[in-house]
Amino acid sequence: MPNHSLSPRQYLILGLVAVSAPLGDSCLSRGMAAMPAITLAHPGSLIAAVFTPWVALGIALLIGFFASYLTALSWADLTFVLPATAFGYVIIALLARFWLNESISLERWAGIVLITLGVEFVAQGPSLTQHPAPDAEGSVVPEPAGPEVETR
Amino acid sequence: MTISPATVPLPATINPWVAAAMIAAIVLASTTGEVLTAAAMKSIGDLDVIRAHSGLKGAIRAVLTCPLFFAGVFFLALAFFSLLFALNHLNLSLVGPASASLTLVTNAVAGKIFLKENVDRRRWAAAVLVCVGVYLLAH
Repeated sequence: MPNHSLSPRQYLILGLVAVSAPLGDSCLSRGMAAMPAITLAHPGSLIAAVFTPWVALGIALLIGFFASYLTALSWADLTFVLPATAFGYVIIALLARFWLNESISLERWAGIVLITLGVEFVAQGPSLTQHPAPDAEGSVVPEPAGPEVETR
Repeated sequence: MTISPATVPLPATINPWVAAAMIAAIVLASTTGEVLTAAAMKSIGDLDVIRAHSGLKGAIRAVLTCPLFFAGVFFLALAFFSLLFALNHLNLSLVGPASASLTLVTNAVAGKIFLKENVDRRRWAAAVLVCVGVYLLAH
């Protein structure tokens, strides 16, 4: 709550970053596990795999992940975005527990608690380090980038 | 004549130094990639603002005309292929959690040194907690 100025839209993007990567990975894994073993003798079947529903869905999710990840990095620090990304693991583990009724070992519960604590820690601080002057070359935006975009 | 990689058993003992080197290669490449990508996005500026000014196409153009971005993607791709290479020799249950969790700590170090991010005690604590957490959860 206190001193970082993320808009609801920016929270939404961080949420997308967290959820889309593990969901995309799961879709890829589910799609590839269902395929017959692919050998180097038939590399074409790897291309065909791209067009199967689960793999295609996984790729779409991962493209969405990369787009939202880049957006998040454009207004927040790397050391702020990465721990937030890890929170996706927690969401997926909890989904697996309560939706798919998978059991979670004590060790994994400990992992969930630690990640949640870590994310809570970063979320309490500012999302962006303020530098005195923006880098000279290559800046597309006329005004220096800062977290003062509260206008949505 | 076709040997499926899945039927080839993993080597019973692999030198732990070799395993460590493979994981180190993944961590190094992905940290370099993340830092370069983050630097690229910072140099471009707030993508939401750019999109509000010049639309989605303008935002995509801003990203695709940034050389730093491609340097970052190159190292991320390198990290991906070193992961594939490592998975060919080591178990996923070792490589996945080890590389994902170590990367969090190396990124905190690299973010402080190269991106001059303000990595305060809170962020150090977060990096370490999440690092251990990811390892426990993914192991």
